Amino acid sequence: MGPTVVNSLEVRQLAYAYPDGTQALFGVDLSIARGERVALLGPNGAGKTTLVMHLNGILTAGHGTVTVAGTPVAKDTLKEIRQRVGLVFQDPDDQLFMPTVRDDVAFGPANAGVRGAELDRVVEDALDQVGMLEFADRPPHHLSFGQRRRVAVATVLAMRPEILVLDEPSSNLDPAARRELAEILRSLDVTVLMVTHDLPYALELCERALILSGGVIAADGPTRELLADTGLLARHRLELPYGFAIPAG
Amino acid sequence: MGAGHHHQLYLPGDSVVHRLPPQCKLLAVLAFAIVVVATPRERFWAFAAYAALLAAVAVAARVPAGHIVRRMAIEIPFVLFAFLIPVIGLGERTTVLGLSLSVPGLWAAWNILAKATLGVVASILLAATTEPRVILVGAQRLRLPSLLVQIAMFMLRYMDVIVDEMRRMRVARESRGFVARDVRHIPVLARSAGALFIRSYERGERVHLAMLSRGYTGEMPITHDISASVRQWGTALALPAVALAIWGLPW
Amino acid sequence: MHVPDGFFNAVTSLSAGVVAAAGVAVCLRGARRELDDRTAPMAGLVAAFIFAVQMLNFPVAAGTSGHLLGGALAAILVGPYTGMLCMAVVLLVQGVFFADGGLTALGVNITIMGIVTVLVGWGVFRLVTGLARGKVVVAAFLAALVSVPASALVFTLLFWIGGTAPIEVGAVAAAMGGVHVLIGIGEAVITALTVGAVLAVRPDLVYGARGLARPLVLRGAEGTTTTVGEERPVAASGRLKPFLFGGVGLTLVLAGVVSFFASPEPDGLEAVAETHGFGEQAGDHVFGQWALADYGDVGGIPVGVAGIIGVGLVLLIGGVVAHVARSRDKTKV
Repeated sequence: MGPTVVNSLEVRQLAYAYPDGTQALFGVDLSIARGERVALLGPNGAGKTTLVMHLNGILTAGHGTVTVAGTPVAKDTLKEIRQRVGLVFQDPDDQLFMPTVRDDVAFGPANAGVRGAELDRVVEDALDQVGMLEFADRPPHHLSFGQRRRVAVATVLAMRPEILVLDEPSSNLDPAARRELAEILRSLDVTVLMVTHDLPYALELCERALILSGGVIAADGPTRELLADTGLLARHRLELPYGFAIPAG
Repeated sequence: MGAGHHHQLYLPGDSVVHRLPPQCKLLAVLAFAIVVVATPRERFWAFAAYAALLAAVAVAARVPAGHIVRRMAIEIPFVLFAFLIPVIGLGERTTVLGLSLSVPGLWAAWNILAKATLGVVASILLAATTEPRVILVGAQRLRLPSLLVQIAMFMLRYMDVIVDEMRRMRVARESRGFVARDVRHIPVLARSAGALFIRSYERGERVHLAMLSRGYTGEMPITHDISASVRQWGTALALPAVALAIWGLPW
Repeated sequence: MHVPDGFFNAVTSLSAGVVAAAGVAVCLRGARRELDDRTAPMAGLVAAFIFAVQMLNFPVAAGTSGHLLGGALAAILVGPYTGMLCMAVVLLVQGVFFADGGLTALGVNITIMGIVTVLVGWGVFRLVTGLARGKVVVAAFLAALVSVPASALVFTLLFWIGGTAPIEVGAVAAAMGGVHVLIGIGEAVITALTVGAVLAVRPDLVYGARGLARPLVLRGAEGTTTTVGEERPVAASGRLKPFLFGGVGLTLVLAGVVSFFASPEPDGLEAVAETHGFGEQAGDHVFGQWALADYGDVGGIPVGVAGIIGVGLVLLIGGVVAHVARSRDKTKV
């Protein structure tokens, strides 16, 4: 890519240790171009969640930099960064904390100062994108798990993010809900970073994959090639499901 | 406490009562309860009139009597206590059906039963005609500290989630043959409670992160505010006003 | 059991409401200081937890069961300010949404079940951990044990001031005391074991155990070790005095209120009513003030004095237990 194109996400030499001294990241380097859909693969404890927490400044880098669309993550840019990086957490119940779906989707834009008719429009757009508009006035507790995850995606879309970061988007979904979410994600015109160990889902949605292992990026390439390399997968405690063969083409 | 909490509280509807702004209803119910509590207990007719007022509200709101009666179960412990008062009460005694009962005790029992019941029914009507989150908006309008309202909002949102978690833990215990029967089983319950606390606390931390990542800075954005017209205030406050008028009548 | 409307007279309900509002206001500030912008989600989740745990019935003796109040538990797990705030919100939600506890009795309920249990529970807890460092579970046991009868005692006190039922205060005290000592034991066991269970897995989450962690050890290359102090702010130490003063102050205020109401003179509201000529019409019972003077004392001992003696006894027992725990600690070393 040319030097004029600004990447959605740039992470350089990111290292981090928790206050108790446990070091989780040992110099992560990655960049994601605008419009890409990238899977971040890795075994449990590889530092995936820690990395994600850095992307919108919930954790502050011990060393190195995170840059979102040209803006470095720093104390004085936090407000802007949090609007540009949309985090979708693993448990939608953590993300849907407001009394109704509508209030929840409105929370982010309202914090950014959007009000009135403009706010309604933003909220309805976001819910429409995930096919949940008719549930706007329901309390989140009354929705199915798959519906809640879709609303969680909408809460983030309503902020018009530069990049959507999803933590284990396919976990706990039944096959139909899993497919519906995949269709929604494919329809969105936004950069996506998907953290998962659901390898078939990564293959289905993402052209490119990264393997995070031991706190560093251990591999970066087309998802199909990485998943075909059984030795690489085995070294990083990743496995394709039984009977799964990478489809030809 | 207990099972009574899991009936549906809010009955959707589109009556006059449903449409009133929450702050009006909250204030009306509170004022009504104060008038009821301050009414001398000898005024049987006043209490009958209060009950009639509540019945009128229930009819206007189309809240079925069955719903009110079911939810009144919450009162049972105090009803039992009220029945005890004449038996153990002091003062002049009288004999009813062969039982020696205290006269002031009977008065006190009547006093508690009448006032508690009117208070409970008024609260039930409020909850039946107003969504919980809307009640909170009303509370905020009435200048309840916004932090307190936020805490109550989070509590209402996660109450069911946590009660469900607790229920799953109980099912897990019981499916392995454990039923809490006597004192020796308390440690098992306590370990569950400990695990529940950790889960709740950690969820609180995750919710906070989710809020931060959508721009939370300590204040809740007010996205919808409900203002009340003078007429709506008038309609809502008619309840305590009429009650007050009944109280002030020369009996 | 939540107090409904009509159980206490209007003046008592109102006074308790003022006490509750003041307590909540203090706690809102305190919790904000401790938790900053985390206050709302954290306190909300802990309140939901307390609500759930109150549904946990535990067997007390054959055939009877009680349920947790949770005040001492909340205070120990999340600190007195946040704990009290959570209790207040739980009672508020129960009153407004579930009609459990009267709206006019909300102040009474928050005072009895929120403020008293948290204040007494935390006071005892700090006292015991202050005397016997590290005995968090023992302290939790004693804190919960004392907090429940203390709550019953204050209930009795309020009942004596402004109860509407003609029952001898001594009988109420005996009945409430008897039942609540039993419930207190159950509460104490559950509280202690719950705190113990949390301590075993996430000791950092137990507010009352902060500052009790062992110092960190650094191992040098030649086998030398150095000890470094904990860098976290120590939340627990040095906070004992305000709580002792608070407790003593509360006792004095209550005693003052008692003497005020126990006087045979008409109180302010009644005096106003009389001067405006509607006192007679309203009758003697408007504020349920009847015959208070008759209940001025029980068996010759004014109840206020009895209450203070009771508080003293409880402190004494707490001190003895803590002392025993501490001397055991010393023999181990």
